[in-house]
Amino acid sequence: MLTKEEQKDIEEELKVVPYKKAATTEALKIIQKHRGWVSDEAVKDIAEFLAITPDEVDGVATFHSLIFRREVGKHVILLCDSVCCYILGYRQILVQLHKKLNIQFGETTTDGKFTLLPISCLGTCDHAPAMMIDNDLHQDLTPEKIDSILEKYP
Amino acid sequence: MERPLTQYIQANKPPMNLSEYEKVGGYKALHKALKEMKPQEVQKLVLDSNLKGRGGAGFSTGTKWSLIPMGENAPAEKYFICNADEMEPGTFKDRLLLEGNPHQLIEGIIISAYAIQANKGFIFLRWAYKKAADVILKSISEAYSAGYIGNNILGTGFNFNLYLHRSVGRYICGEETALLNALEGKRAIPRAKPPYPNISGLFGKPTTMNSVETLSFIPHIVNNGATWFKDLSITGEGGTKIYGVSGKVKNPGAWELPLGTTIREIIFEHAGGMKNGFTLKGFLPGGASTDFLTEEHLDVNMDYASLGKVGSRLGTGTMIILDDKTCPVGMVHNLEHFFAQESCGWCTPCREGLPWVEKILFSLEEGTGRMEDIDLLLFHAKHLAPGRTFCALAPGAVEPLQSSLKYFRDDYIKHIHDKRCPWR
Repeated sequence: MLTKEEQKDIEEELKVVPYKKAATTEALKIIQKHRGWVSDEAVKDIAEFLAITPDEVDGVATFHSLIFRREVGKHVILLCDSVCCYILGYRQILVQLHKKLNIQFGETTTDGKFTLLPISCLGTCDHAPAMMIDNDLHQDLTPEKIDSILEKYP
Repeated sequence: MERPLTQYIQANKPPMNLSEYEKVGGYKALHKALKEMKPQEVQKLVLDSNLKGRGGAGFSTGTKWSLIPMGENAPAEKYFICNADEMEPGTFKDRLLLEGNPHQLIEGIIISAYAIQANKGFIFLRWAYKKAADVILKSISEAYSAGYIGNNILGTGFNFNLYLHRSVGRYICGEETALLNALEGKRAIPRAKPPYPNISGLFGKPTTMNSVETLSFIPHIVNNGATWFKDLSITGEGGTKIYGVSGKVKNPGAWELPLGTTIREIIFEHAGGMKNGFTLKGFLPGGASTDFLTEEHLDVNMDYASLGKVGSRLGTGTMIILDDKTCPVGMVHNLEHFFAQESCGWCTPCREGLPWVEKILFSLEEGTGRMEDIDLLLFHAKHLAPGRTFCALAPGAVEPLQSSLKYFRDDYIKHIHDKRCPWR
């Protein structure tokens, strides 16, 4: 079931578009904002609310890299693995994150605190290597900086 | 030297709010365009200025606008879209304009929408630009309060509403027709053309789309004229350009310079040259999907025609530097991994071809490559060229591949002979 608040948020988006289906992406974003990820049940609920099929909703959800169809940790670490961060050594950052959190790309720490994901270019190539944690951008990374950055996320 | 786009952008300071922007002449161009010029006159002015799209393709902005149906028989609903999905690896120049001067962009969007008589617009923003999203939302709301957006703008009877759409990732969303599908809440795969978006775009209505840097020029062109704009460039193509450099240079960053500035000046003056201990091996002049160039091209002017002549493209104008301590095969492998991952999967050559390319490059890096693999890579470069695929993603993807085989072939062969990556 979509909550009242989620329904209200989606209805707000419906005002901008000419028909319900066009709000699919926004609806997925809204659910993820409230719940952290989008479950199978949520896909069905969105479909019902927008009067389309669950497959149509899932087609959009699975297309986009930042709609999470599996449960993620409290904080999501998005480490850029694109070309400038490759040249400037993102792999060292990955090694340090692995050492610190004992997770690889695609995994969540056992305490559910962090999920680590690779991400395409973050558009801050003059400050590579870079990563985002939740809404925060971290630039000019070195392995030494990782500990103090992670401490900011309780 | 004039820097119209960035003169009021200060590093690490918040952008100008509405009244600050107005104090330096902001929204003057909007008054002029809406009150003193007919929509077609704005179109003509931009056409005369020779402004070309700064997002990659380099198409004439005035020509693009002139393709929109106008007049009484034109559809009542039209859309104007600002493509702010800057997602090509190595590209970070629109971030500067989005975060640094959002009102300049918004003024440019309103004038452009007026020129094609669109009443509704969207800014399609790259997901990662959180700070940009905040300042744009604030600026849109200021512009609404001042009567620059909304109904009956400046009492002229022109109505225009503007919305921000934040993407949820995928490089392909920056492709014009894929972006339209994304805005319609569909999978963001490119559309078959024709019909072109100028006839049937967003929600089936005539739609024009321009990029952030292109639109940020519009207020300045309205204020200062077409000749002023043309005179800004060195080689006559018109305007300034935001150039960027990333990689192992002393001072990576982005700078607004006259269009046609030489590559040498950009890398060695503005970016400060290579970091100590590194030498320049090659570079991608205009982002991840442009052909490599090397030291012999340093005196080439960074503009549309000059880069075309030496077999590459201006693209987004943001260079990625390959240094001597970075393996060119590894770099191309990283690029092709990106393109293979970001292929939308709609057409077969791209969906199947790019992962194949990626696998071959991986095997070369791991020391299991064979001499036949070189031909296999060339085969892909040929069969993923323009005209073979649905959109420009795969043709863009093979540009760094084919040019790396031209300039760094010896390095490829060394991987095969030595059965390992010489850089590891």
